[in-house]
Amino acid sequence: MTAPREAPAAREEYGKPLPQPTDVSQPFWEGARAGELRIQRCRDCRQHVFYPRSMCPLCLSERLEWVTASGRGKVYSYTVIRRAMHPGFQADLPYVLAIVELEEGPRLTTNIMAAEPEDVSIDMAVEAVFEDVTPEVTLVKFRPSEAK
Amino acid sequence: MTIRNKAAIVGIGQTEFSKDSGRSTLRMALEVVLEALGDAGLKPQDVDGVVKMGANDDIFEIDLLRSLDLPNLRFFNEVPHGGGAACGTIAMAVAAVAAGMADVVVTFRSLNERSERRFGQSSAGGAVGGWMQYNLPHGLVTPAQWIAIFAQRYLYEYGWTTEELGRVAVLCRKHAATNPHAMMYGRPITLEEHQSSRWIAEPLRLLDCTLDTDGACAAVVVSADKAKRLKGKSAYIAAAAQGTGRRAEMMTSYQRASLCRLEEAEATAKELYRIAELGPTDIDVAELYDHFTPMVLMALEAYGFAPPGKAPELLGEGRLELDGDTPLNTHGGHLGEGYLHGFGHIVEGVRQIRGTAVNQVREVRTCLVTSGTAVPTSGVILSKEPY
Repeated sequence: MTAPREAPAAREEYGKPLPQPTDVSQPFWEGARAGELRIQRCRDCRQHVFYPRSMCPLCLSERLEWVTASGRGKVYSYTVIRRAMHPGFQADLPYVLAIVELEEGPRLTTNIMAAEPEDVSIDMAVEAVFEDVTPEVTLVKFRPSEAK
Repeated sequence: MTIRNKAAIVGIGQTEFSKDSGRSTLRMALEVVLEALGDAGLKPQDVDGVVKMGANDDIFEIDLLRSLDLPNLRFFNEVPHGGGAACGTIAMAVAAVAAGMADVVVTFRSLNERSERRFGQSSAGGAVGGWMQYNLPHGLVTPAQWIAIFAQRYLYEYGWTTEELGRVAVLCRKHAATNPHAMMYGRPITLEEHQSSRWIAEPLRLLDCTLDTDGACAAVVVSADKAKRLKGKSAYIAAAAQGTGRRAEMMTSYQRASLCRLEEAEATAKELYRIAELGPTDIDVAELYDHFTPMVLMALEAYGFAPPGKAPELLGEGRLELDGDTPLNTHGGHLGEGYLHGFGHIVEGVRQIRGTAVNQVREVRTCLVTSGTAVPTSGVILSKEPY
Protein backbone atom coordinates (compact mmCIF):
# COMPACT_ATOMS: atom_id res chain seq x y z
CA MET A 1 0.00 0.00 0.00
CA THR A 2 3.01 2.30 0.07
CA ALA A 3 3.52 4.49 -2.97
CA PRO A 4 6.93 4.59 -4.62
CA ARG A 5 8.96 7.04 -2.64
CA GLU A 6 10.57 9.73 -4.70
CA ALA A 7 13.19 11.89 -3.07
CA PRO A 8 11.16 14.43 -1.09
CA ALA A 9 11.83 18.13 -1.35
CA ALA A 10 13.75 19.80 1.42
CA ARG A 11 11.43 21.69 3.72
CA GLU A 12 12.63 25.12 2.62
CA GLU A 13 12.07 24.28 -1.06
CA TYR A 14 8.61 22.89 -0.51
CA GLY A 15 6.22 25.62 -1.54
CA LYS A 16 3.00 24.29 -0.02
CA PRO A 17 1.49 24.49 3.44
CA LEU A 18 2.75 21.85 5.87
CA PRO A 19 1.14 20.55 9.06
CA GLN A 20 2.32 21.84 12.40
CA PRO A 21 1.77 18.79 14.61
CA THR A 22 0.70 19.33 18.19
CA ASP A 23 1.06 16.98 21.14
CA VAL A 24 -2.43 15.72 20.35
CA SER A 25 -1.96 15.24 16.60
CA GLN A 26 1.64 13.99 16.68
CA PRO A 27 0.68 10.27 16.60
CA PHE A 28 -1.34 10.80 13.42
CA TRP A 29 1.61 12.39 11.65
CA GLU A 30 4.06 9.83 13.04
CA GLY A 31 1.75 7.11 11.76
CA ALA A 32 1.72 8.62 8.29
CA ARG A 33 5.51 8.74 8.41
CA ALA A 34 5.52 5.02 9.23
CA GLY A 35 3.06 4.19 6.44
CA GLU A 36 0.05 3.71 8.71
CA LEU A 37 -3.23 5.58 8.91
CA ARG A 38 -3.65 6.03 12.64
CA ILE A 39 -6.83 7.50 14.08
CA GLN A 40 -8.28 7.65 17.56
CA ARG A 41 -10.93 5.37 19.06
CA CYS A 42 -12.81 6.01 22.25
CA ARG A 43 -12.34 3.25 24.83
CA ASP A 44 -15.72 4.08 26.31
CA CYS A 45 -18.16 4.60 23.43
CA ARG A 46 -15.98 2.65 20.94
CA GLN A 47 -16.47 5.25 18.21
CA HIS A 48 -13.59 6.21 15.95
CA VAL A 49 -12.62 9.88 16.05
CA PHE A 50 -10.96 12.17 13.54
CA TYR A 51 -9.41 14.75 13.63
CA PRO A 52 -7.23 14.00 16.67
CA ARG A 53 -8.25 15.49 19.98
CA SER A 54 -7.92 15.08 23.71
CA MET A 55 -11.57 14.29 24.47
CA CYS A 56 -14.15 12.15 22.66
CA PRO A 57 -16.58 14.55 20.94
CA LEU A 58 -19.37 11.98 21.22
CA CYS A 59 -19.26 10.95 24.90
CA LEU A 60 -16.68 13.40 26.38
CA SER A 61 -14.49 10.54 27.58
CA GLU A 62 -10.79 11.31 27.84
CA ARG A 63 -9.93 7.65 27.24
CA LEU A 64 -8.99 7.91 23.58
CA GLU A 65 -6.59 5.35 22.14
CA TRP A 66 -4.71 5.30 18.85
CA VAL A 67 -5.52 2.50 16.42
CA THR A 68 -4.38 1.71 12.91
CA ALA A 69 -7.27 2.12 10.51
CA SER A 70 -7.83 -0.22 7.59
CA GLY A 71 -6.94 2.52 5.12
CA ARG A 72 -10.02 1.62 3.12
CA GLY A 73 -12.85 3.99 2.44
CA LYS A 74 -15.10 5.63 -0.11
CA VAL A 75 -15.07 9.02 -1.78
CA TYR A 76 -17.75 11.01 0.03
CA SER A 77 -17.33 14.14 -2.04
CA TYR A 78 -14.63 15.75 -4.13
CA THR A 79 -13.66 18.64 -6.34
CA VAL A 80 -11.33 18.80 -9.31
CA ILE A 81 -8.97 21.76 -9.16
CA ARG A 82 -7.96 22.98 -12.60
CA ARG A 83 -6.83 26.43 -11.59
CA ALA A 84 -4.29 26.95 -8.85
CA MET A 85 -5.43 29.41 -6.22
CA HIS A 86 -2.18 28.88 -4.36
CA PRO A 87 1.13 29.06 -6.25
CA GLY A 88 2.48 25.93 -4.57
CA PHE A 89 -0.12 23.73 -6.26
CA GLN A 90 0.40 25.03 -9.82
CA ALA A 91 2.50 22.05 -10.87
CA ASP A 92 -0.12 19.58 -9.58
CA LEU A 93 -2.94 20.75 -11.86
CA PRO A 94 -5.35 19.23 -12.35
CA TYR A 95 -5.64 17.63 -8.92
CA VAL A 96 -8.47 15.96 -7.06
CA LEU A 97 -9.35 17.11 -3.56
CA ALA A 98 -11.59 14.64 -1.83
CA ILE A 99 -13.34 13.89 1.40
CA VAL A 100 -12.90 10.18 2.03
CA GLU A 101 -15.16 8.40 4.46
CA LEU A 102 -13.18 5.63 6.15
CA GLU A 103 -14.65 2.20 6.82
CA GLU A 104 -14.29 3.14 10.48
CA GLY A 105 -16.57 6.16 10.02
CA PRO A 106 -14.58 9.41 10.17
CA ARG A 107 -13.91 11.49 7.08
CA LEU A 108 -10.56 12.89 5.96
CA THR A 109 -9.59 15.63 3.58
CA THR A 110 -7.17 14.15 1.08
CA ASN A 111 -6.16 13.84 -2.56
CA ILE A 112 -7.04 11.02 -4.94
CA MET A 113 -3.88 9.88 -6.72
CA ALA A 114 -3.24 7.51 -9.61
CA ALA A 115 -6.55 8.27 -11.29
CA GLU A 116 -7.65 10.67 -13.99
CA PRO A 117 -9.95 13.34 -12.53
CA GLU A 118 -12.70 12.19 -14.89
CA ASP A 119 -12.55 8.71 -13.38
CA VAL A 120 -13.15 9.86 -9.80
CA SER A 121 -16.71 9.62 -8.52
CA ILE A 122 -18.63 9.75 -5.27
CA ASP A 123 -18.82 6.34 -3.55
CA MET A 124 -15.73 5.12 -5.39
CA ALA A 125 -13.71 2.65 -3.26
CA VAL A 126 -10.27 3.97 -2.34
CA GLU A 127 -7.29 2.95 -0.22
CA ALA A 128 -4.64 4.94 1.58
CA VAL A 129 -1.20 5.64 0.17
CA PHE A 130 1.54 7.59 1.89
CA GLU A 131 3.45 10.35 0.21
CA ASP A 132 6.66 11.72 1.70
CA VAL A 133 6.50 15.40 0.80
CA THR A 134 9.51 16.55 2.84
CA PRO A 135 12.13 14.63 4.83
CA GLU A 136 9.92 15.19 7.89
CA VAL A 137 6.34 15.11 6.64
CA THR A 138 4.25 12.39 5.03
CA LEU A 139 0.71 13.06 3.82
CA VAL A 140 -2.04 10.43 3.71
CA LYS A 141 -3.50 10.28 0.24
CA PHE A 142 -5.75 7.75 -1.47
CA ARG A 143 -5.94 5.88 -4.75
CA PRO A 144 -8.64 3.74 -6.35
CA SER A 145 -8.91 0.49 -4.44
CA GLU A 146 -7.36 -2.55 -6.06
CA ALA A 147 -9.50 -5.02 -4.14
CA LYS A 148 -12.82 -5.73 -5.85
CA MET B 1 -40.08 38.86 26.42
CA THR B 2 -38.72 38.74 22.90
CA ILE B 3 -36.83 41.28 20.80
CA ARG B 4 -39.62 41.35 18.22
CA ASN B 5 -39.94 44.91 16.88
CA LYS B 6 -38.02 46.33 19.82
CA ALA B 7 -35.57 48.05 17.45
CA ALA B 8 -35.31 49.39 13.92
CA ILE B 9 -32.75 50.23 11.27
CA VAL B 10 -33.20 53.98 10.79
CA GLY B 11 -30.29 54.85 8.54
CA ILE B 12 -28.18 53.22 5.82
CA GLY B 13 -25.05 54.17 3.93
CA GLN B 14 -23.25 52.65 0.98
CA THR B 15 -20.27 53.67 -1.13
CA GLU B 16 -19.99 52.86 -4.79
CA PHE B 17 -18.87 49.26 -5.39
CA SER B 18 -15.79 48.97 -7.59
CA LYS B 19 -12.59 47.11 -8.35
CA ASP B 20 -10.51 49.93 -6.94
CA SER B 21 -11.97 52.38 -4.46
CA GLY B 22 -8.92 54.64 -4.61
CA ARG B 23 -9.12 55.31 -0.88
CA SER B 24 -8.61 53.65 2.45
CA THR B 25 -11.07 51.38 4.22
CA LEU B 26 -11.15 53.91 7.06
CA ARG B 27 -12.11 56.69 4.67
CA MET B 28 -14.94 54.58 3.25
CA ALA B 29 -16.12 53.52 6.70
CA LEU B 30 -16.37 57.17 7.75
CA GLU B 31 -18.29 58.04 4.58
CA VAL B 32 -20.90 55.34 5.07
CA VAL B 33 -21.30 55.90 8.81
CA LEU B 34 -21.88 59.62 8.25
CA GLU B 35 -24.27 58.89 5.40
CA ALA B 36 -26.23 56.44 7.56
CA LEU B 37 -26.38 58.87 10.47
CA GLY B 38 -27.50 61.67 8.15
CA ASP B 39 -30.11 59.38 6.66
CA ALA B 40 -31.46 58.82 10.18
CA GLY B 41 -31.29 62.47 11.22
CA LEU B 42 -28.59 61.71 13.79
CA LYS B 43 -25.11 63.08 14.48
CA PRO B 44 -21.84 61.39 15.48
CA GLN B 45 -22.25 62.61 19.07
CA ASP B 46 -25.47 60.58 19.27
CA VAL B 47 -23.59 57.32 18.65
CA ASP B 48 -22.94 55.28 21.78
CA GLY B 49 -22.61 51.81 20.27
CA VAL B 50 -20.50 50.26 17.49
CA VAL B 51 -20.64 46.62 16.39
CA LYS B 52 -18.20 45.42 13.78
CA MET B 53 -17.82 42.21 11.82
CA GLY B 54 -14.76 40.21 12.77
CA ALA B 55 -12.20 38.88 10.31
CA ASN B 56 -10.81 40.88 7.43
CA ASP B 57 -12.22 44.30 8.37
CA ASP B 58 -9.34 46.34 9.69
CA ILE B 59 -11.44 49.25 10.94
CA PHE B 60 -12.22 49.12 14.64
CA GLU B 61 -14.54 51.08 16.88
CA ILE B 62 -11.65 53.12 18.22
CA ASP B 63 -10.88 54.25 14.67
CA LEU B 64 -14.42 55.56 14.38
CA LEU B 65 -14.16 57.02 17.88
CA ARG B 66 -11.03 59.00 16.99
CA SER B 67 -12.08 60.01 13.52
CA LEU B 68 -15.63 61.09 14.38
CA ASP B 69 -14.81 62.21 17.94
CA LEU B 70 -17.46 59.96 19.46
CA PRO B 71 -17.81 61.25 23.03
CA ASN B 72 -19.80 58.49 24.64
CA LEU B 73 -19.04 55.11 23.15
CA ARG B 74 -20.26 52.65 25.76
CA PHE B 75 -21.20 49.50 23.81
CA PHE B 76 -18.80 47.92 21.31
CA ASN B 77 -18.14 44.42 20.17
CA GLU B 78 -17.16 42.29 17.23
CA VAL B 79 -19.09 39.38 15.75
CA PRO B 80 -16.96 36.47 14.53
CA HIS B 81 -17.00 34.19 11.47
CA GLY B 82 -16.55 36.52 8.52
CA GLY B 83 -19.61 36.71 6.30
CA GLY B 84 -21.69 34.84 8.84
CA ALA B 85 -21.52 37.92 11.04
CA ALA B 86 -23.29 40.55 8.94
CA CYS B 87 -26.78 40.16 10.37
CA GLY B 88 -25.18 39.21 13.67
CA THR B 89 -24.03 42.81 14.02
CA ILE B 90 -27.67 43.83 13.77
CA ALA B 91 -28.62 41.18 16.33
CA MET B 92 -26.01 42.54 18.77
CA ALA B 93 -27.25 46.08 18.17
CA VAL B 94 -30.83 45.01 18.86
CA ALA B 95 -29.71 43.28 22.05
CA ALA B 96 -27.89 46.42 23.13
CA VAL B 97 -30.79 48.82 22.59
CA ALA B 98 -33.35 46.36 23.98
CA ALA B 99 -31.25 45.99 27.14
CA GLY B 100 -30.71 49.73 27.48
CA MET B 101 -26.96 49.40 27.02
CA ALA B 102 -26.92 51.75 24.03
CA ASP B 103 -29.27 54.13 22.25
CA VAL B 104 -27.71 54.51 18.81
CA VAL B 105 -25.63 51.63 17.44
CA VAL B 106 -23.61 51.82 14.23
CA THR B 107 -22.73 48.65 12.32
CA PHE B 108 -20.62 48.59 9.18
CA ARG B 109 -18.33 46.73 6.77
CA SER B 110 -15.51 48.35 4.81
CA LEU B 111 -13.25 46.40 2.46
CA ASN B 112 -10.76 46.88 -0.33
CA GLU B 113 -11.07 43.23 -1.19
CA ARG B 114 -10.44 43.60 -4.91
CA SER B 115 -7.61 46.12 -4.94
CA GLU B 116 -5.82 44.96 -1.79
CA ARG B 117 -6.24 41.45 -0.42
CA ARG B 118 -8.26 38.98 -2.51
CA PHE B 119 -9.83 36.21 -0.45
CA GLY B 120 -10.15 33.86 -3.41
CA GLN B 121 -6.40 33.40 -3.52
CA SER B 122 -4.05 31.95 -0.99
CA SER B 123 -0.34 31.93 -0.53
CA ALA B 124 -0.28 30.30 2.87
CA GLY B 125 3.03 28.64 3.35
CA GLY B 126 5.04 27.08 6.11
CA ALA B 127 3.43 25.24 8.97
CA VAL B 128 -0.29 25.33 9.70
CA GLY B 129 -1.80 24.25 12.98
CA GLY B 130 -5.32 23.70 14.26
CA TRP B 131 -7.84 21.81 12.21
CA MET B 132 -6.46 23.33 9.01
CA GLN B 133 -3.36 21.10 9.35
CA TYR B 134 -5.54 18.35 7.89
CA ASN B 135 -6.87 20.46 4.99
CA LEU B 136 -4.37 22.98 3.67
CA PRO B 137 -1.49 20.56 2.96
CA HIS B 138 -3.71 18.76 0.43
CA GLY B 139 -4.39 21.93 -1.49
CA LEU B 140 -7.78 22.67 0.04
CA VAL B 141 -6.90 26.31 0.47
CA THR B 142 -9.65 28.68 -0.70
CA PRO B 143 -13.36 29.27 -0.11
CA ALA B 144 -14.37 28.14 -3.61
CA GLN B 145 -12.70 24.79 -2.99
CA TRP B 146 -14.22 24.39 0.46
CA ILE B 147 -17.68 25.07 -0.93
CA ALA B 148 -17.19 22.86 -3.99
CA ILE B 149 -17.06 19.82 -1.68
CA PHE B 150 -20.57 20.60 -0.37
CA ALA B 151 -21.84 21.42 -3.85
CA GLN B 152 -20.67 18.17 -5.45
CA ARG B 153 -22.42 16.14 -2.78
CA TYR B 154 -25.63 18.20 -3.12
CA LEU B 155 -25.77 17.65 -6.88
CA TYR B 156 -25.02 13.95 -6.40
CA GLU B 157 -27.61 13.27 -3.70
CA TYR B 158 -30.46 15.08 -5.44
CA GLY B 159 -29.55 14.34 -9.05
CA TRP B 160 -29.19 17.95 -10.19
CA THR B 161 -26.64 19.30 -12.65
CA THR B 162 -24.53 22.44 -12.78
CA GLU B 163 -27.31 24.07 -14.80
CA GLU B 164 -29.23 24.40 -11.55
CA LEU B 165 -26.30 26.31 -10.11
CA GLY B 166 -26.23 28.45 -13.23
CA ARG B 167 -29.85 29.51 -12.80
CA VAL B 168 -28.97 31.14 -9.49
CA ALA B 169 -26.21 33.14 -11.17
CA VAL B 170 -28.45 34.10 -14.08
CA LEU B 171 -31.13 35.41 -11.70
CA CYS B 172 -28.72 37.46 -9.58
CA ARG B 173 -27.08 38.92 -12.67
CA LYS B 174 -30.51 39.75 -14.10
CA HIS B 175 -31.31 41.81 -11.01
CA ALA B 176 -27.85 43.40 -10.98
CA ALA B 177 -28.25 44.38 -14.62
CA THR B 178 -30.94 46.91 -13.70
CA ASN B 179 -29.20 48.16 -10.53
CA PRO B 180 -26.97 51.14 -11.40
CA HIS B 181 -25.08 50.56 -8.16
CA ALA B 182 -24.08 47.04 -9.17
CA MET B 183 -20.64 46.10 -10.48
CA MET B 184 -22.50 44.07 -13.12
CA TYR B 185 -24.96 46.83 -14.06
CA GLY B 186 -26.08 46.33 -17.65
CA ARG B 187 -24.32 42.96 -17.84
CA PRO B 188 -26.81 40.11 -17.56
CA ILE B 189 -25.63 36.57 -18.38
CA THR B 190 -27.25 33.60 -20.07
CA LEU B 191 -27.21 30.02 -18.85
CA GLU B 192 -24.99 29.21 -21.84
CA GLU B 193 -22.47 31.81 -20.71
CA HIS B 194 -22.52 30.27 -17.25
CA GLN B 195 -21.97 26.80 -18.63
CA SER B 196 -19.05 27.92 -20.78
CA SER B 197 -17.29 29.93 -18.05
CA ARG B 198 -14.08 28.37 -16.81
CA TRP B 199 -13.84 25.87 -13.99
CA ILE B 200 -12.68 27.19 -10.66
CA ALA B 201 -13.22 24.09 -8.52
CA GLU B 202 -15.63 21.56 -10.00
CA PRO B 203 -18.60 21.78 -9.90
CA LEU B 204 -18.05 25.54 -9.48
CA ARG B 205 -17.36 27.69 -12.50
CA LEU B 206 -16.25 31.30 -12.53
CA LEU B 207 -19.85 32.52 -12.75
CA ASP B 208 -20.82 30.51 -9.64
CA CYS B 209 -18.44 32.60 -7.54
CA THR B 210 -18.88 35.95 -5.90
CA LEU B 211 -17.25 39.09 -7.22
CA ASP B 212 -14.37 40.67 -5.34
CA THR B 213 -15.30 44.21 -4.37
CA ASP B 214 -14.01 47.44 -2.87
CA GLY B 215 -16.67 49.30 -0.93
CA ALA B 216 -18.40 49.91 2.38
CA CYS B 217 -21.88 49.79 3.92
CA ALA B 218 -23.32 50.88 7.25
CA ALA B 219 -26.58 50.70 9.16
CA VAL B 220 -27.80 52.52 12.26
CA VAL B 221 -29.95 50.71 14.82
CA VAL B 222 -32.06 52.43 17.51
CA SER B 223 -34.96 51.38 19.69
CA ALA B 224 -38.40 51.28 18.11
CA ASP B 225 -39.51 54.12 20.37
CA LYS B 226 -36.64 56.30 19.26
CA ALA B 227 -37.19 55.31 15.63
CA LYS B 228 -40.69 56.77 15.72
CA ARG B 229 -39.23 60.16 16.68
CA LEU B 230 -36.63 60.22 13.89
CA LYS B 231 -37.07 61.56 10.39
CA GLY B 232 -35.79 58.49 8.56
CA LYS B 233 -38.15 55.82 7.33
CA SER B 234 -37.64 52.86 9.62
CA ALA B 235 -37.25 49.18 8.88
CA TYR B 236 -38.39 47.49 12.07
CA ILE B 237 -36.46 44.43 13.13
CA ALA B 238 -39.09 41.74 13.60
CA ALA B 239 -36.37 39.24 14.46
CA ALA B 240 -32.60 38.93 14.55
CA ALA B 241 -30.73 35.76 15.42
CA GLN B 242 -27.52 33.80 15.18
CA GLY B 243 -27.25 30.05 14.63
CA THR B 244 -24.77 27.20 14.70
CA GLY B 245 -24.62 23.52 13.73
CA ARG B 246 -23.00 20.37 15.07
CA ARG B 247 -19.29 19.82 14.51
CA ALA B 248 -18.91 23.28 13.03
CA GLU B 249 -15.72 24.27 11.31
CA MET B 250 -15.05 27.47 9.41
CA MET B 251 -16.34 26.38 5.96
CA THR B 252 -15.04 22.80 6.25
CA SER B 253 -17.66 21.06 8.40
CA TYR B 254 -17.21 17.82 6.50
CA GLN B 255 -17.63 15.60 9.56
CA ARG B 256 -21.30 16.38 10.04
CA ALA B 257 -24.06 14.00 9.07
CA SER B 258 -25.13 15.72 5.85
CA LEU B 259 -23.17 18.02 3.57
CA CYS B 260 -26.40 18.93 1.77
CA ARG B 261 -28.01 20.77 4.66
CA LEU B 262 -27.00 24.06 6.24
CA GLU B 263 -27.43 23.32 9.92
CA GLU B 264 -26.42 26.85 10.92
CA ALA B 265 -29.01 28.38 8.62
CA GLU B 266 -31.69 25.95 9.77
CA ALA B 267 -31.04 26.94 13.37
CA THR B 268 -31.12 30.62 12.48
CA ALA B 269 -34.34 30.19 10.50
CA LYS B 270 -36.06 28.43 13.37
CA GLU B 271 -35.12 31.20 15.77
CA LEU B 272 -36.04 34.02 13.37
CA TYR B 273 -39.48 32.59 12.65
CA ARG B 274 -40.06 31.93 16.35
CA ILE B 275 -39.20 35.48 17.33
CA ALA B 276 -41.08 37.12 14.45
CA GLU B 277 -44.02 34.73 14.75
CA LEU B 278 -43.84 34.37 10.99
CA GLY B 279 -43.07 31.59 8.52
CA PRO B 280 -41.49 31.45 5.08
CA THR B 281 -44.79 32.11 3.33
CA ASP B 282 -44.99 35.45 5.17
CA ILE B 283 -41.71 36.66 3.65
CA ASP B 284 -42.20 39.12 0.79
CA VAL B 285 -38.56 39.49 -0.30
CA ALA B 286 -35.49 37.35 0.45
CA GLU B 287 -31.93 38.69 0.33
CA LEU B 288 -29.88 35.50 0.81
CA TYR B 289 -26.12 35.38 1.13
CA ASP B 290 -24.72 34.29 -2.21
CA HIS B 291 -20.95 33.90 -2.15
CA PHE B 292 -21.40 30.73 -4.22
CA THR B 293 -24.48 29.60 -6.12
CA PRO B 294 -25.00 26.16 -4.50
CA MET B 295 -25.25 27.72 -1.06
CA VAL B 296 -28.20 29.79 -2.23
CA LEU B 297 -30.06 26.59 -3.11
CA MET B 298 -29.27 25.09 0.28
CA ALA B 299 -30.23 28.34 2.02
CA LEU B 300 -33.59 28.42 0.24
CA GLU B 301 -34.19 24.97 1.73
CA ALA B 302 -32.86 25.86 5.19
CA TYR B 303 -35.11 28.93 5.43
CA GLY B 304 -38.14 26.88 4.43
CA PHE B 305 -38.83 28.09 0.89
CA ALA B 306 -38.42 24.56 -0.51
CA PRO B 307 -38.12 21.04 0.90
CA PRO B 308 -34.63 19.49 0.96
CA GLY B 309 -33.28 19.04 -2.56
CA LYS B 310 -36.13 20.95 -4.18
CA ALA B 311 -34.84 24.53 -4.30
CA PRO B 312 -33.88 24.30 -7.99
CA GLU B 313 -37.55 23.89 -8.80
CA LEU B 314 -38.23 27.40 -7.45
CA LEU B 315 -35.86 28.82 -10.03
CA GLY B 316 -37.24 26.66 -12.81
CA GLU B 317 -40.74 27.93 -12.04
CA GLY B 318 -39.75 31.61 -11.87
CA ARG B 319 -40.87 31.94 -8.28
CA LEU B 320 -37.80 33.95 -7.25
CA GLU B 321 -38.20 36.64 -9.93
CA LEU B 322 -39.23 40.20 -9.00
CA ASP B 323 -42.88 39.32 -9.66
CA GLY B 324 -42.68 35.85 -8.11
CA ASP B 325 -43.68 34.50 -4.70
CA THR B 326 -40.36 35.33 -3.04
CA PRO B 327 -38.18 37.69 -5.06
CA LEU B 328 -34.54 36.78 -4.41
CA ASN B 329 -31.51 39.07 -4.19
CA THR B 330 -33.27 42.01 -5.76
CA HIS B 331 -30.05 44.08 -5.88
CA GLY B 332 -28.11 41.34 -7.63
CA GLY B 333 -26.43 39.95 -4.53
CA HIS B 334 -22.75 39.21 -4.23
CA LEU B 335 -22.84 37.58 -7.64
CA GLY B 336 -23.99 40.76 -9.37
CA GLU B 337 -23.92 43.84 -7.17
CA GLY B 338 -20.75 43.18 -5.22
CA TYR B 339 -19.35 41.42 -2.20
CA LEU B 340 -19.50 43.27 1.10
CA HIS B 341 -19.83 40.04 3.07
CA GLY B 342 -23.58 40.27 3.40
CA PHE B 343 -23.84 43.93 4.31
CA GLY B 344 -25.17 44.93 0.90
CA HIS B 345 -28.03 42.52 1.52
CA ILE B 346 -28.93 44.38 4.72
CA VAL B 347 -28.91 47.75 2.98
CA GLU B 348 -31.04 46.38 0.15
CA GLY B 349 -33.46 44.84 2.66
CA VAL B 350 -33.99 48.26 4.24
CA ARG B 351 -34.57 49.81 0.83
CA GLN B 352 -37.15 47.16 -0.07
CA ILE B 353 -39.00 47.86 3.20
CA ARG B 354 -38.82 51.62 2.58
CA GLY B 355 -39.98 51.25 -1.02
CA THR B 356 -36.86 52.93 -2.41
CA ALA B 357 -35.04 50.03 -4.09
CA VAL B 358 -34.18 50.26 -7.79
CA ASN B 359 -35.75 46.85 -8.35
CA GLN B 360 -38.60 47.55 -5.96
CA VAL B 361 -40.95 44.69 -5.23
CA ARG B 362 -44.59 45.68 -4.84
CA GLU B 363 -46.20 45.84 -1.41
CA VAL B 364 -43.27 44.71 0.67
CA ARG B 365 -44.15 44.23 4.32
CA THR B 366 -41.40 41.81 5.32
CA CYS B 367 -37.90 41.03 4.13
CA LEU B 368 -35.62 38.18 5.18
CA VAL B 369 -31.91 38.96 5.10
CA THR B 370 -29.37 36.18 5.74
CA SER B 371 -25.64 36.01 6.21
CA GLY B 372 -22.77 33.67 5.34
CA THR B 373 -23.28 29.96 4.94
CA ALA B 374 -21.02 27.02 5.87
CA VAL B 375 -20.02 29.09 8.89
CA PRO B 376 -21.83 30.04 12.10
CA THR B 377 -24.35 32.47 10.70
CA SER B 378 -27.10 35.00 11.36
CA GLY B 379 -30.20 36.55 9.86
CA VAL B 380 -32.80 39.25 10.32
CA ILE B 381 -36.43 39.71 9.37
CA LEU B 382 -37.25 43.34 8.61
CA SER B 383 -40.79 44.65 8.83
CA LYS B 384 -42.43 47.76 7.42
CA GLU B 385 -44.58 48.15 10.53
CA PRO B 386 -44.04 47.06 14.12
CA TYR B 387 -46.62 44.45 15.09
